[in-house]
Amino acid sequence: MPSPVMPTSRRADGGAQPAAVSATGLRKSYGDKTVLDGIDLRIPAGSIFALLGPNGAGKTTAVKILSTLISADGGEAQVAGHDVATSPHGVRSAIGVTGQFSAVDGLITGEENMLLMAELHHMSKSEGRRVAAELLERFDLVEAAKKPASTYSGGMKRRLDIAMTLVGGPRIIFLDEPTTGLDPRSRHNMWGIIRELVSDGVTVFLTTQYLEEADELADRIAVLNDGKIAAEGSADELKRLIPGGHVRLRFTDPAAYQSAAGALREATRDDEALSLQIPSDGTQRELRSILDWLDTAGIEADELTVHTPDLDDVFFALTGSTDKPKEAVR
Amino acid sequence: MSSLSLAVRDSKTMLRRNLLHARRYPSLTLNLLTTPIMLLLLFVYIFGDVMSAGIGGGGADRSDYIAYLVPGVLLMTIGSTTIGTAVSVAMDMSEGIIARFRTMAIHRSSVLIGHVAGSVLQALMSVIFVGAVGVAIGFRSTDATALEWIAAFGVLALFTLALTWIAVGMGLVSPNAEAASNTAMPLIFLPLISSTFVPIDAMPGWFQPIAEYQPFTPAIETVRGLLLGTEIGNNGWLAIGWSVALTALGYFWSKSVFNRDPK
Repeated sequence: MPSPVMPTSRRADGGAQPAAVSATGLRKSYGDKTVLDGIDLRIPAGSIFALLGPNGAGKTTAVKILSTLISADGGEAQVAGHDVATSPHGVRSAIGVTGQFSAVDGLITGEENMLLMAELHHMSKSEGRRVAAELLERFDLVEAAKKPASTYSGGMKRRLDIAMTLVGGPRIIFLDEPTTGLDPRSRHNMWGIIRELVSDGVTVFLTTQYLEEADELADRIAVLNDGKIAAEGSADELKRLIPGGHVRLRFTDPAAYQSAAGALREATRDDEALSLQIPSDGTQRELRSILDWLDTAGIEADELTVHTPDLDDVFFALTGSTDKPKEAVR
Repeated sequence: MSSLSLAVRDSKTMLRRNLLHARRYPSLTLNLLTTPIMLLLLFVYIFGDVMSAGIGGGGADRSDYIAYLVPGVLLMTIGSTTIGTAVSVAMDMSEGIIARFRTMAIHRSSVLIGHVAGSVLQALMSVIFVGAVGVAIGFRSTDATALEWIAAFGVLALFTLALTWIAVGMGLVSPNAEAASNTAMPLIFLPLISSTFVPIDAMPGWFQPIAEYQPFTPAIETVRGLLLGTEIGNNGWLAIGWSVALTALGYFWSKSVFNRDPK
């Protein structure tokens, strides 16, 4: 299993930079079901780290353990230099958590939610008001501030949720699937918000099921599958591990399909969908040579699409599973 | 910040949160108030003549029965409003914000203490309200001194604290609001089989020990004794003992349930 080594940043004194989050051999099971089967993590301060995996891979469990919500069955984890098992209070004072399910108090207004957070961070009244007003402004919630949070849309709730997480200026922020269930516009807004967070030197630990999202945001990505880290590295490093980029040609005429299939012997055939897949890395140069070649062979497809590796490809590549679902099903 | 001042400060914040909920959504508390008031009016105005014939050796009239009834109804009010505590704790625990609280550097039990303090305040306000209804329909204390009034209120407050902690534990172990209101049924059921409506010695012999030593009866008899000058006997100690024991039980039970890993 390829597992590129994390680059170790060094300080002037030569010691290794303390990781914002580190874990070794983290294990958790519920009854017979092993959710985390010994995972190791090391996240340098000030970076965005994405834990990528399908539903049920154990992403949320990992976040819950690292944010002291639940305890691990085995292994060790340090967050902000504190052990999650022996010094949870120290961990809690350094982190902010936005869980997968809305963690706002729906019965009170957005502003009251913010002031509640300020009070729990032991801010003075005036400081709390200032911070609440600033964050409500930043997250575009000023108009809705006096309305009960239960009346907010999904995107607004998620923004309020993150705004609440930021009260108290946490150095490490956990975001469990921050964009799941959001419409495309809200998702892009959320990406902007997350990028802004690290510009202040904050460390972000996020989970996602979308490769695209990890690719957009994360400095380092770990792929979690069946409770194990299947691979870890930068987005580019991971993509190099994955074959699966291809050009897909679709035909409507079975005769044209058959003749093309005969000419392109290296292409993968899908007789039902009348389509052919030609491996490609998606670069302009390769695309041009494929097109030239198709012209020479006299093949004219009704539709040509370029596919870059997606999460499925990552998983099938990394887990060695062969039962790849048909393209047509997606 | 020392851990005690942290505990006090966070608990005050949580209390404010709970009072805000109660103020904005008062329907739960108000609904629960209707039960003791309906029973009070029912037993005084509908069953009153028959009931009063059964106390004080048969010579009592309706105003004697009101005097007999009100202390029990006050305790029933406490039982009834603490069902609301169990329900609102169960509802609160299903909210995502509790997970947020658990990952914040706050005094962990402040969530529970906030619920308890808020519920005790609400229950005592309900007791005062039902007491006022009692006075309005003719309840009069027979020569109770100011000290005895204060003592009676103290017994009610102590008993409220005890039932509230038990109700918080019931709310914590219940998966949802419906389950919580079922789990908390004894809090409304026990006052019905106490000395609220009829004296213990009017009950079947085999049942008398149950009615006599369950938590509500000693508390009722103590309040009755303080306000009406009836015999208290060892009921005062029993009431205090029950209150302290239930408070301790509820407190440690709730705390251990809350400190468990959430699902």
